[in-house]
Amino acid sequence: MDLFIAIFTGTIIAATPLIFAALGELVVEKSGVLNLGIEGMMLMGAAFAFWAVIAGLPMPVAILAGALGGAAASLLFGVLALTFLTNQYAAGLALAIFGSGVSAFLGRNFGSAPIDALKKIYIPYLSDIPVIGPMLFRFDPMVYFAIVMFFVISWFLYRTKGGLVLRTIGESPETAHAIGYPVIRIRYLAVLFGGLMAGLAGAYLSVAYTPLWVENMTAGKGWISLALVVFATWRPLRVLLGAWLFGGMTILQLQGQALGIAVPSELLSALPYLATIIVLVIISQNRQMLALHFPASLAKPFRPAT
Amino acid sequence: MPPRLELRNITKSYPGIIANDDISMSIMPGEIHAVLGENGAGKSTLMKIIYGAAQADAGEIFCDGKPIAAHTPATSRALGIEMVYQHFALFESVTVVENIALAVSSTFDLDALARQITELSNRYGMPIDPHRRVHDLSVGERQRVEIVRCLLQAPKLLILDEPTSVLTPQAVVKLFETLRQLAAEGCSIVYISHKLDEVQELCDSATVLRNGKVTGTARPKESTSAQLARLMVGAELPEMHVSPSVPSDKPVLEVRGLTAPARDKYGVELKNISFEVRGGEIVGLAGVSGNGQAELISLLSGERTHGNALSIQIDGKAAAHLNASERRKLGMAFVPEERLGRGAVPPHALWQNAVLTAHRSGLVRNGLVDRKQASNFAAKIIERFKVKANGPQSSAQSLSGGNLQKFIVGREIALEPKLFLVAQPTWGVDVGAAAFIRQTLVDLSRSGAAVLVISEELDELFEICDRLLVICQGQVSPPLIRTKTNREEIGLLMTRVDRGNGTNGRGEVAIQD
Ligand SMILES: Nc1ncnc2c1ncn2[C@@H]1O[C@H](COP(=O)(O)OP(=O)(O)OP(=O)(O)O)[C@@H](O)[C@H]1O
Ligand SMILES: [Mg+2]
Repeated sequence: MDLFIAIFTGTIIAATPLIFAALGELVVEKSGVLNLGIEGMMLMGAAFAFWAVIAGLPMPVAILAGALGGAAASLLFGVLALTFLTNQYAAGLALAIFGSGVSAFLGRNFGSAPIDALKKIYIPYLSDIPVIGPMLFRFDPMVYFAIVMFFVISWFLYRTKGGLVLRTIGESPETAHAIGYPVIRIRYLAVLFGGLMAGLAGAYLSVAYTPLWVENMTAGKGWISLALVVFATWRPLRVLLGAWLFGGMTILQLQGQALGIAVPSELLSALPYLATIIVLVIISQNRQMLALHFPASLAKPFRPAT
Repeated sequence: MPPRLELRNITKSYPGIIANDDISMSIMPGEIHAVLGENGAGKSTLMKIIYGAAQADAGEIFCDGKPIAAHTPATSRALGIEMVYQHFALFESVTVVENIALAVSSTFDLDALARQITELSNRYGMPIDPHRRVHDLSVGERQRVEIVRCLLQAPKLLILDEPTSVLTPQAVVKLFETLRQLAAEGCSIVYISHKLDEVQELCDSATVLRNGKVTGTARPKESTSAQLARLMVGAELPEMHVSPSVPSDKPVLEVRGLTAPARDKYGVELKNISFEVRGGEIVGLAGVSGNGQAELISLLSGERTHGNALSIQIDGKAAAHLNASERRKLGMAFVPEERLGRGAVPPHALWQNAVLTAHRSGLVRNGLVDRKQASNFAAKIIERFKVKANGPQSSAQSLSGGNLQKFIVGREIALEPKLFLVAQPTWGVDVGAAAFIRQTLVDLSRSGAAVLVISEELDELFEICDRLLVICQGQVSPPLIRTKTNREEIGLLMTRVDRGNGTNGRGEVAIQD
């Protein structure tokens, strides 16, 4: 039973950074913009948050710093891709490399000592229920916040006018412009939101998940988030499930390695990536649903007609 | 009182063409003003400039005496200017009510808005289901959505760029009542149409454009259509020559007992459809859009296939199971009603769009596109159909609506098909070019091809068709001989609720077997 609880909570925790990053990217892509630079924005977030902690700032401020670090990085992408209409693939890749470089540069003085991780909260009474208590009510606040963000984003995208505007701009910015929406401004907001979320994801990695500084500590999670959005066919619930699946596989393979299963550990480490992609490919076969949720103008530069 | 809208010296050029050349005009409150001109004269460009969707190179625009600064569609909407776009500004992936919600500034209450849309659209004689996705609507239905969206706003200045090009005659009558009412309340209306009888009926005044310049003004109610046409085209209209048809012995297209489920829950089920088109004749399919035309067209063109291979036969060969490309190999050509998206790829050059369907006629060698051939092919279409374009290199989306239509129809006719399916052949085409396209269809059929025209425009069908079919609620009437029927009968068949079997009294079965 304890093992099961450990695997379950481990899954939820491992999925949290992916949820932040992938939901953020989902909003960006729904607006028709492809930002490949999640990895870079996450690393910026991780570095800024870590730096704030060792500078003695309180934890909430540190996490906010991480979010702002991600947003600052995304602004750079926004200027390139939205104002100067640079190819979005190129601008995103540049951001990934840039973020990784800058975070490594910042991290030179961070030392190798661990910091005090973000505290878990034991929700009064609920956390004392047997089995369910340790499974659901003993996480740090960011875990809950990620779930809240899932609900907020789903509600925003499908229940509010703002979400409708965002989705339709992703389908046809020309039409949105033709009926009077400020396409570029809205896309900037989406990109900044994606940056904030990726920054949060990075902050979670460096101050909660593995509270010590390691260069390139995201280890490809930014790229996995990107893949999650695509294979989840641009739907929030599938992003959430995909993130949990990936988290679960990560924990399982760690357990497998600990138990000394006779498979090379490199192969085991590849398992979560492989399994997530296979499952998501299988569920994304319905072409009609795909066409419905796919932002048709994804990665196409837009300039208002003159 | 200052004019509602005043344009001073508007000039706008695109690469290789001056779309608007020093245009000035003014429209008073409550005035219904027509802008006339041939395809490519610059009408849509001027409307986009008035609305702020395109920026003039030079010139000024005043609304109620005040210059409009930093002009975008958003500023226009804030001023009470609304526009129905020629090519629609609708999002396909969302529903009608969501599309309309994006344009109205009330609170975001989709249910209340949906009720309002249902009520209003019925009152205007343009019923639309607010919960359908725009992607599934025919162009006629999309046009209704665009119009209803504008009418919901209580505009001060309403710009209508060919609002009736695919509207039914009944809906047009209701629309005109509404527009007159709006004008009586002080709303100014700019109205663009190639249908001169409409202009005469509705408009107080008119400005005529040719090659981007104002070439004259007119009082449509006091002019004849011939006078207006002459002003527009600068020459007399060509006369139609419809020689009697000599149908082939065997049908080229034969549809037998075609039954098919609706495309989606809003579609129409096709019930036991049978008809045939022989070589040498033109058959027209009349009907209010949304009565199964979409389903029938997609089955005939091969976009959708059918399990019963024999239910559609082309030139005596079972064809219902074949896809579009295999049917084209049998000698079929097809012009869909949606010219942007289905008929042409908007950002691609004209020569590339030509290759899309003409790749069999020598434009592709050893699997490689022969650019020179393709360019020549496109250039020939441009010349023969007098398409106003900056050469085969110009993109499809840079063409004016009517010119793109001429190009697409021309591309398919150039393939010299044995069987030609064409939906709304003269959608948005000016009077001169429409006459030319109709003549070309007649000539094509008289040279032996079987032609099936699907159109909501009865006048057009009566002008060129030898026999007429009427589609209503997924059923197709027995064929009526053009010379032995009349508009009233067809109109009745188009809207009849129940239908008797076989002939329905006054109509006659054209070809007895
Ligand atoms: N975006 C563009 N790029 C290049 N050329 C353009 C563009 N838009 C319009 N044009 C050109 O400007 C000219 C005027 O086009 P416009 O659409 O205003 O014609 P129109 O009078 O509305 O014709 P129609 O009756 O066919 O709709 C055409 O020759 C067209 O090719
Ligand atoms: Mg036009």
